[in-house]
Amino acid sequence: MRRERLSVRGVESVGPYTLLRVEQGGLDAGIPGQFFMLEAPGRVLPRPMSVCLAAARELAFLIDPIGPGTRALCALEADHPIHVLGPLGNGFDVEVERPLLVGGGIGIAPLPYLSQQLGGPPAILGFRSERHAEAAALLPGAEVCIEPTYVTTLLPEERHDVLACGPEPMLAALRDLVPDAQLAWEAPMACGYGACYGCAVELEGELKRLCVEGPVLRAA
Amino acid sequence: MLLNASGCLDALTAPDVARSLHAFVTKTITREPRGGNAPVRIAETEAGMLNAIGLANPGRDRFLTDVLPRLRELAVPLWISVGGFSTAEYAETCAALEAVAAIELNLSCPNIDEAPENAAAIVAACRDATGLPLYAKLSPAAWDIAEAARAVEAAGADGLSLVNTLRGLALDRRTLRPTLARGSGGYSGPALKPVALAAVYACAAAVEIPIVGMGGVRSGLDALELIAAGASAVALGTVLFADPGAAVRVRAELAAELAARDLGHPLDARGLAHSSLQMTVSRSGNKLQKVPGNRAKVTA
Repeated sequence: MRRERLSVRGVESVGPYTLLRVEQGGLDAGIPGQFFMLEAPGRVLPRPMSVCLAAARELAFLIDPIGPGTRALCALEADHPIHVLGPLGNGFDVEVERPLLVGGGIGIAPLPYLSQQLGGPPAILGFRSERHAEAAALLPGAEVCIEPTYVTTLLPEERHDVLACGPEPMLAALRDLVPDAQLAWEAPMACGYGACYGCAVELEGELKRLCVEGPVLRAA
Repeated sequence: MLLNASGCLDALTAPDVARSLHAFVTKTITREPRGGNAPVRIAETEAGMLNAIGLANPGRDRFLTDVLPRLRELAVPLWISVGGFSTAEYAETCAALEAVAAIELNLSCPNIDEAPENAAAIVAACRDATGLPLYAKLSPAAWDIAEAARAVEAAGADGLSLVNTLRGLALDRRTLRPTLARGSGGYSGPALKPVALAAVYACAAAVEIPIVGMGGVRSGLDALELIAAGASAVALGTVLFADPGAAVRVRAELAAELAARDLGHPLDARGLAHSSLQMTVSRSGNKLQKVPGNRAKVTA
């Protein structure tokens, strides 16, 4: 766990989302599905974000500006320094035979980096609108559907190692359909390193910290 | 002396952060295991955050057998935060603890009646149950916190931890329903600092026992202010969530703030906020003496 003050390299719009590019500094890019806590200027708490792309000594985070923290991050300008802590949590197990990436909405965030590590496996992505689906450009070759069509209807018949990130209803549906799927969940977090107990989720009948046990969990 | 506020650090998931403190304060331990409240448990607000974790902990027995031995391996002085739902429960847990630096009694849990008489009764029962140093953690919501402080001092507390969170509420902007599943939660962060300063200031004038000041500390200057108000140690809470390196930074900033004022030791600043009292500390006995006189001179 390492925290550094790093310069923003640039900010780009991807449909309604923002790709925030930050210099990597001395941080390890981590395993796809791991996350970093990003200082949100003017806010009390940092925000957890998974790595979307890692290349050229740069970490890029795909952010949906839905609240004051994410909006502050999307409003950053080049050269502005922010504190970045990570990598944190448990990422995807990339030792899989027939990977299939499944993403929904802003949940596609960790998939480009994951795809890069897995050599570009097939991917199916779901979005709520054409505009949101512009983010599919981050995963060239992916099959895309738009509501009211759901990604679960695009799941192939043959067995795959599903690695997924998306909204809770999508992950819940996948959990039932693909019992060995690796699912990346999210929860509000104050710290990201096990201190605050804010990100509790129910696992095996007990409330556990998603930042310590996850955020990637096996469906079954 | 820098500590963490109870519930703001898990030494087992962040041992290096725990080692950066003079002592590690555990999350509150209760007799029975507690899963805590249903999510959502935290919410950021404009000047702080709310939490409604609900005293999640493995329970006394599992803490003693599974957690405490692993904490001891860290070789950091341990303060055990003890909670309960009856006087007997507090006292039993205190009696079960040995060879730790101190016990902090969480007397400001939402499920505990915080009337000073009850806080004092709990402290008195725990005093009978243990010879370990007992710190009473009080709520800043008390009508007269100095009265509560005098009551727990008279009951045998060795020190005070000031302050716990204040009850607060956040509403979701879209639904206008409470953001936290439980409704209200404990309010912490920068907005709590003046509340903590007022509590420490009032209690330092009312009691002789040492005070651990906490609430909204983000910088060395914040720590110095709590010391000037009468604290002899400072704990970091919400700031640790944003910055696990906060203890190292705050300690360096505090040293610079002291040096800028020609003060050699943090305790030289203790009580400077009290214009009619000059407080001095016998470091060996850790006892506060109130000496009538002029305010200590400070050179900037």
